Amino acid sequence: MSAPTKGSGMTWVGRSIRRVEDPALLRGRGRFTADFKAAHRVRFVRSPVAAGRIEKIVIPDGATVITASDLNGVKPIAPALHKFGYVQVEQPILANGVVRFVGEPVAAVVAASEAQAEDVADLVAVEIAETAAIADARTAFALGARPVHAAAPRNIAVEAKVETPGFAAAQQGAARQVAVEIRSRRQNAAPLEGRAGLAAYDAVSGRVTLTCATQMPHLMRTAIADLLGMPESDLRVVAPDVGGGFGQKMSLVAEYVVLVWLARKLQSSVAWTEDRRENLIAAFHGRDQYLRLQGSFDGVGKLVALSAEVTANVGAYSCYPTTCAVEPLMAMAEFPGPYDVRAYSCIARGVLTNTCPMAPYRGVSRPSITLALERLMDIAAAEFSLEPLEIRRRNLIEKFPYTSATGLKFDEGSYRQTLDMAVGALDVPAFRRRQREARGQGRYLGLGLATFSERTGYGTPAFAARGMGVTPGWETVELSMDPSGFVELRIGASPHGQGLRTTLAQIVADEIGVPPERIKVVHGDTDRTPYGWGTFASRSLVIGGGASLLAARKVRAKLQRIAGRLLEAAADDIVIEDGVARIAGTDRALAIEELARASYHQAHLFKGDIDPGISETATYDPAGTFSNACHAAIVEVDCETGRVGIERFIVAEDAGRLVNPMIVDGQIVGGVAQGIGNALLEEIIYDETGNILTATLADFLTPTSREMPPVEILHMETSSPETVTGSKGLGEGGAIGAPAAVLNAINDALSPFGVSINEIPATPQRIRAALRSVGERRP
Amino acid sequence: MNGNALELDRTYGPVKPAAFAYHAPRTVEEAVAQLAEFAPLDGRVLAGGQSLVPMMAFRMARPAHLIDINGVEGLDRLAIDGHVLTISACVRHAAFHHPAAPGPTGALLSAVAANIAHYPIRMRGTFCGSLANADPASEWCLTAVTLDAELVAVSQRGRRTIAAANFFTGMMGTALGEDELLLEARVPLLPADARFGFYEFSRRAGDYALAMALTVYRLEGGAIAEPRIGIGGAEGHPRRIAQAEAVLVGKKPGEEIFRAAAAIAAEAIEPMEDAHADAAFRRDLVRAVTQRALERTLR
Repeated sequence: MSAPTKGSGMTWVGRSIRRVEDPALLRGRGRFTADFKAAHRVRFVRSPVAAGRIEKIVIPDGATVITASDLNGVKPIAPALHKFGYVQVEQPILANGVVRFVGEPVAAVVAASEAQAEDVADLVAVEIAETAAIADARTAFALGARPVHAAAPRNIAVEAKVETPGFAAAQQGAARQVAVEIRSRRQNAAPLEGRAGLAAYDAVSGRVTLTCATQMPHLMRTAIADLLGMPESDLRVVAPDVGGGFGQKMSLVAEYVVLVWLARKLQSSVAWTEDRRENLIAAFHGRDQYLRLQGSFDGVGKLVALSAEVTANVGAYSCYPTTCAVEPLMAMAEFPGPYDVRAYSCIARGVLTNTCPMAPYRGVSRPSITLALERLMDIAAAEFSLEPLEIRRRNLIEKFPYTSATGLKFDEGSYRQTLDMAVGALDVPAFRRRQREARGQGRYLGLGLATFSERTGYGTPAFAARGMGVTPGWETVELSMDPSGFVELRIGASPHGQGLRTTLAQIVADEIGVPPERIKVVHGDTDRTPYGWGTFASRSLVIGGGASLLAARKVRAKLQRIAGRLLEAAADDIVIEDGVARIAGTDRALAIEELARASYHQAHLFKGDIDPGISETATYDPAGTFSNACHAAIVEVDCETGRVGIERFIVAEDAGRLVNPMIVDGQIVGGVAQGIGNALLEEIIYDETGNILTATLADFLTPTSREMPPVEILHMETSSPETVTGSKGLGEGGAIGAPAAVLNAINDALSPFGVSINEIPATPQRIRAALRSVGERRP
Repeated sequence: MNGNALELDRTYGPVKPAAFAYHAPRTVEEAVAQLAEFAPLDGRVLAGGQSLVPMMAFRMARPAHLIDINGVEGLDRLAIDGHVLTISACVRHAAFHHPAAPGPTGALLSAVAANIAHYPIRMRGTFCGSLANADPASEWCLTAVTLDAELVAVSQRGRRTIAAANFFTGMMGTALGEDELLLEARVPLLPADARFGFYEFSRRAGDYALAMALTVYRLEGGAIAEPRIGIGGAEGHPRRIAQAEAVLVGKKPGEEIFRAAAAIAAEAIEPMEDAHADAAFRRDLVRAVTQRALERTLR
């Protein structure tokens, strides 16, 4: 990696250099929470029923078992939101008298080994007087439904409404009304590593170190210290290698609170490693929404008004810090997506049920709203006898900056261009011919498009609009160079697979003239990094990267000043490149490490002018930027079995300036895989009593390499004027676009039968049911 | 990523299953003696363990004793004895990746084996273990029933032979006594001119079958003779569908007659229902897999 930097006109940014993370991970030398030793192992006893009163917990003689009654003084998890009729509900750290979902932790068993803990947990008898449970959101907010929490009598945790002035007139004056109802079933993010925590007490300092699989170590520290009433300075949170999160690991985990409490109580170390069944039933879920959408079009297929109703099942509790409003509020703010529509109305509610609590999951509502909107566009296209491509061309935003009906400001994008790019890769007329011929042979091919915007890298103003008690957004970094010229970048972001140790080093390298291998990125340790919000919401490259760039510019300026003094030239005349500081236009230069050494060891040379040492801090809090993309899928539906095969999958993506295209492509492919899972396979199923039927990976079906098509990726790079790097986030886009592209393709394939599939996953069973309902006949 | 003071611990001990006693007999005599002793005390035979061990990890199966037959001498025997292929208790699924017998029997077993779960499972799981476990979605149970295998059970009381058609008694249920070990399966070799077709529908590659069909017949003067249509994954246990076989007899193979047989098979079954397939969908699948299995006989 000792290629030249600026002098050759070449930059580190934009190059697919190998990830510095990979050598350890690929050799099995990663260090995950479960790899570390602890004196005690914990097993949680969980509620086997969805709703009821705990009448008795019988603990075997001699066993160490903690229940709610031991946790006197420990506060419940009760995140706040100050708007939208939000009802604050409380989640006790261990179920306190009442259970509200299958899998809720009721007791914690402490033993010397996992085997013993599991054996003891088997013997803990929890007697529960079962009450009727509600698993479905529509049932839960029907009149007379039993409340999951007394505080929310109709089970409505949050209800937000928006209507633009003159909406009704715009809607009524439209030439054509098109409606669609969408059901997006429940998923589990299914990270490779489940949740895991290890809390270790240090007798010398009295501090506890919580090593855990988290996306936001600093916030875990604050939240756990708050709930336990302990000094925050006595808690250190470390995120070691973390095996994927996708949002599931960004919320406060009640079990981690128990671990820290136990470590302090026992003055020892205690660890818990979730098994896959626990993850599937009791780690956070995502999706599970009903969406109703009505589009009002003028005579030529231009959308003039849009009205939406979103009903999101939020489960039994509200997650910290985003609260359970995160899904409905995201849906309300972003439903119009990439289309120019000025009249908009939406009601979005979050409904409490006796199911596993929801947390953000890659895409947060946008997979479902994109699905609804893109289905609407295809249905409208059919009514106007337009190609799906054409109706989108007539509605996509084109002029930037664009301010949406909900007040979102869209920076420069390429909505039409990425659509044309994806479609260009397909050759639609040739496909339509092939499709007709195939139908003659009883084979059903379909083409589906999804165009969408992805708001990323948003700072405090965007989060503040939600009225959250905790308002994330900014990131701070500390960048220092040691006397030998090696660089350390300490960040509050907390990557867990995103490759930030590589990409941030690329950004910094271009500024300060040292190659990336001399730049170590430190993250995931609250003792070693500045307070920050962690990694989620497609934010870290934009915000953490922006802060890194700003800090690197400060270091660069300092290096220029030091070099100027030593070379007796003006700082402005110093060029930093290829490991040296040079007087522009001359061959008089000093190596960067000579500057570093002088800064620390020859500080007297700069006395009164330049402070000793090289260490800078920078904070970045951008307004946010919109990535955009078009996904296109070609599928074949086996009408006799209902199986869907994906023949081609194309992504035309614009995420601004790409720092490492290889990492970008990895993000896209991973997101598409989860989106395909969402569209075809993955479904957490509860029965009517709130019992979960998908508690193993033999029942909750993620796509495997055999189900994944090759993903063809095309890039545009419209630099964002809203970010200092010109980059936009893209962590979620793959998951946002894929469900809509696949479902539109399925509907296109089935169009000869006159059936519509508006529910995902579009399982073979659902497709067959739809075909049976029309007697299998092509009208 | 950051190193901290914690010590690495990569020695994982036994964790998930409930406690059990482990027995490792070396001979069939020892095995059946232990089975006689421990089966009444909730003892189970461990062969490949690909079904039992995961169930133990979930603690849904909690045998007090495991009698591990993997070390029993002679149980890895896979051989042709006259007109029969003998498959002993510890023969793995992977033994069928390549034809284990000449002619259509070996080809059929290879075609079926490729559908069993995933490669690592096929390296460990056993043919006879699948039969004894009697999962409705087991490919080998369907194969045994369709090919009229004979199953040899042994116990301290002696040996007996059970026809596959009488072996399966319901979902996960068999005619084996609790003290009996399924010693071997004897699969009659198909005539050299037999044609076969197998088709399985599962949600993903390697998943449990939601429905599958195995079809076999011969041609006599261009007409179908001795047809067999076995259906698995759709009912509590696999079985041959005599009504569907009957319509094929004496007919020239072709799409129309296959469609008729498939429709009869779909009507004849009493479908299981679960989250992935209700009764109507299972009938749809039985129709499709039967037709496709029959079509594959023409390849």
